[in-house]
Order: sequence, then structure tokens, then C-alpha cells
Amino acid sequence: MEYVALIYTDEKQFETLPPAEQQAIFAEYGAVTEGFRTAGVYVDGRPLQGVDEATSVRLRDGKTVITDGPFAETKEHLGGFYLFECPNLDEALRYAAKIPGARYGTVEVRPVMPM
Amino acid sequence: MSAQAAIERAFRRDAARAIATLARALGDLGAAEDAVQEAYLIALERFTDGALPANPAGWIVTTARNRAIDRIRRERVGQAKLERLAALEAIAPPDSPEEDAVIPDDRLRLIFTCCHPALALEARVALTLRALAGLGTEAIAAAFLIPVTTMAQRLVRAKRKIRVATIPFAVPRETELADRLDGVLTVIYLIYNEGHAPRADGGALREDLCAEALRLAALVAQQLPAEPEALGLYALLLLTDARRATRTDAAGDLVLLADQDRARWDQQAIARGLRVLTRALRSAALGRFGLQAAIAAEHDRAPTAAATDWAAIVHWYDLLCALDDSPVVALNRAVAVAMARGAAAGLALVEELAADERLAQYHLLHATRADLLRRLDRHAEAAPAYRRAFALTRNPAERRFLERRLAETSAPDQD
Repeated sequence: MEYVALIYTDEKQFETLPPAEQQAIFAEYGAVTEGFRTAGVYVDGRPLQGVDEATSVRLRDGKTVITDGPFAETKEHLGGFYLFECPNLDEALRYAAKIPGARYGTVEVRPVMPM
Repeated sequence: MSAQAAIERAFRRDAARAIATLARALGDLGAAEDAVQEAYLIALERFTDGALPANPAGWIVTTARNRAIDRIRRERVGQAKLERLAALEAIAPPDSPEEDAVIPDDRLRLIFTCCHPALALEARVALTLRALAGLGTEAIAAAFLIPVTTMAQRLVRAKRKIRVATIPFAVPRETELADRLDGVLTVIYLIYNEGHAPRADGGALREDLCAEALRLAALVAQQLPAEPEALGLYALLLLTDARRATRTDAAGDLVLLADQDRARWDQQAIARGLRVLTRALRSAALGRFGLQAAIAAEHDRAPTAAATDWAAIVHWYDLLCALDDSPVVALNRAVAVAMARGAAAGLALVEELAADERLAQYHLLHATRADLLRRLDRHAEAAPAYRRAFALTRNPAERRFLERRLAETSAPDQD
């Protein structure tokens, strides 16, 4: 069973952290990723560039409308994801809780539709 | 008893275990319910005299399992299909209705699934009643005063999430057990409270809720005897339910603890509750349910209202307040303090709580304040507080009680 863990955080808040703390969080992500690999649950996982780099596309009345910015103007944005292979939701939630973003943001866990 | 009634009774008693066992094997609560429903129809057809075989629980599990196997065999081939078939074939039907007294059974696993925090709270309550207590969707909807279609949708959505998100049918591991158990106990507690809340409508159904909550609390306490809170909740429900008969009068109005006929309290339930509480006290420091049970025990133990050990009750409330900073608990503690140390001491605490915004709309804060003012003969201040409490409650029984008190405090002094 595959689960995606979507990491929503406030990137503006992250940017205000001292560089040493930002570094520490990056290092922590590296460590937990390694832990996920060792546990055999890691399928994929990437951080995303910030919402300043986001572009949204909508097709309306046959016309492509391109706008600068993310899908919704909220404080917390999708900042990265992991893809886990786990036997059940409890396992997926246990690994998701180890993601540093769960401490200062929200990690949404969704089962991936089998194709 | 008609044949159908006899079969229905057997299913009411044993279907939950069959559903739990099949749900674990299938990973799908809805499919498990369907299979047990099919077994019920087969029973109606086959046992026209209403007599199920000697081991009804075993017959239900085996029949439902065979129906589920047939159904899966007809599906498309796939790895998942083979796994589910293997899991179903590995099911050992129970030998007798009570053989599983000590071994954690599938019902315990199922209650952790139904009370999983990934489900909405209302869904947890409804699912637990549906799957573990065997209550029909219509009965659950009626007990919670919501439309049947809303309840049916709620159940379908929850069962779908269990299946699609693969919420496991398992007792959580040791490190998560305490947290998750708390969620299970909270659901059972909510079910009991819903049945216990005085309401004119749905009387019989609401008694069912209390009975089912007691059965579930007994099941969890029996299966997790090392968990003090599991024992604590079971003791609390026994000690509270022992007073159910005297809690309201013939008109359905609330009777205060002090005015209840203690001779009509269920002494057997009290004795059992006290035994369970003693076991909880032996195992560890009491949690929030155990402490509430200790408070209920002080009331149940007192032969008369005047003999109540209010100092002991204040002590338990002190411990409870340390665990739970809810203003409602603090309000109850203030009531106990008023009894132990006098109305003035209690009123001082209530006035402090009256400043808490969270309690501004809570009718019992105003009712308590009014009552303490009345006991201090400050009737002119008591009357507006009764009026405020009256305006904040919809409950007819509570409104009638407040109305009587309001009449007493508003009447010109007789002496």
C-alpha cells in the first residue's frame, strides 16, 4: 500500500529562522530520509521550491489561464512530500510523524490510488 | 418466541464477534457485515424452528466465512484476492461463546479500528455502536436524533475510509496503546453519556446505549486488565449506572443525589464497581476515568447523603484538576468544596470561574452559582442567576427544576 505524506509548512516563518537552525532542519530531513530507507518504507521524497516559484494553470472556456502563485493563498503551503510503502495507515502515520515539518506544520497522509 | 425472534437474539449476541473476525481477515468492515447478514438470511431459511446449532457463534462465523469465500472466488483474479482467501481460510471459529475470556479477541481489535483517530469523532461513535453493539442504523440515528440517511452516509463514509486508507484491524503496539486506548474509552464514555442524558424522547433506545456502553467497557477491561484506565472507565460506568433508577422521577425530572432513594440503588453493581476500582487503584496512579470512578464510589458508599465524605471527594477532584484543566471539572470541584467547607468557600471558587469566558454560556455554572447564593440566603442575587441558567438550557427536565427553584427564591420570604 502506498501513502503520500504531503508536508505543509509556513515557508515565510522558516525563512526567518537563523541560518544555523535552517541548516539543522535540512540535516534532520537527511537523517529521517535515511531512516525511512533503512526501514524499507521509502519510495520517493522531494522538497519543492518555494511558492514564489509556483505557477498555476487553469483551462477555462478552451483558454489556458496562467497565473503567478500557488493554488490557494494560505499561510501554509505544500513544501515537499514523501512516498511510503507501508502495510497500513498506522505504519504510514508513524513514519509521517517523524518528518520534521510535522513539528511546525502539518503532514497530510493520503493513500495512493492503486493503478 | 417466534423462530425469527430466536435467531435474531442469537445474532444480536454473537454477530459482533463474527463481524470482527471477518473484518480482520478481509480488511473490510462493510464486506464483513454483508457476509454476516447473508448468514442471518441462511439461518432464517434453514432453522425454521428457531433453533441454531449447539455452538451458534461457531455456526455464524463459519457460515459467514463461507459466504465471503464464495463471493471473493467470483471476483477477478489478483494477488489481493488470494491473500484475502488465505486469511479467511485461516479463521478458526470459536468453540464456545465465552472461550475467549483472556485472549484478546477480534472484537478488541475491531474497537480500536472503529475508534481510530483518523475517523471523525461522530463516525467513531456510530461505527462502534453499529459494528460492536449490533445496533441498527435506524436505532443509532434515533438515539442521536439525526436523520437515518445522515447516519447511513456517515457509516458508509467511515467504512470506506477504513478500507481505502487501510486502517488496520489490530490492537496498537505498546508505545501507542495508552493514547489510542484513551480514544476508545472516550467513545464508550460518550455513548454512555448520550444514553444517560435526560431526554423525554427515545427512552428505550437511550437505555440501550447505556447497556451497550457498559458491555463495551466490560469487554475492554476484561481484555486489557493491566490498563488502569480501562478498569477505571468500567468502574465509573458501573458505579454511575447503579444509581440510574433513582436519577429521575416518574415525570422524568432530575432528582438530586441528596434526594435520591438510596435503598433503590443497585448494590450488586456498586459492589462490582468497587472491586474493579480497587484493581485500578492497585495497578497505578488513577487516570481521569479512575478518578471519576473514585468520586462516584464515595457517593455510592455513603448510606445517607449527609454521610458523604466530601473531604475525600475534594481530594479526588484535586487530583482530577491536576490532570484535566477543563473549567467544568473545576466547577464540580467547587461544588464539592461547598459541601466540605461551606457554601461561602464554594461560592468564592465559582465567582473565580465565572470570569472564565469558556463557561459564560454554560447553564450549570449559573445554576451552581444560584444554588450557592440561595444556600447563603442571598435570594435577591440567586434569582437572576437561576434565570440566566434557565435561558441557557433546552432540556425540559432541567428547565422544570430551575423553574421550581426560581419560584422559591422569587417568592416573598415566608418567615
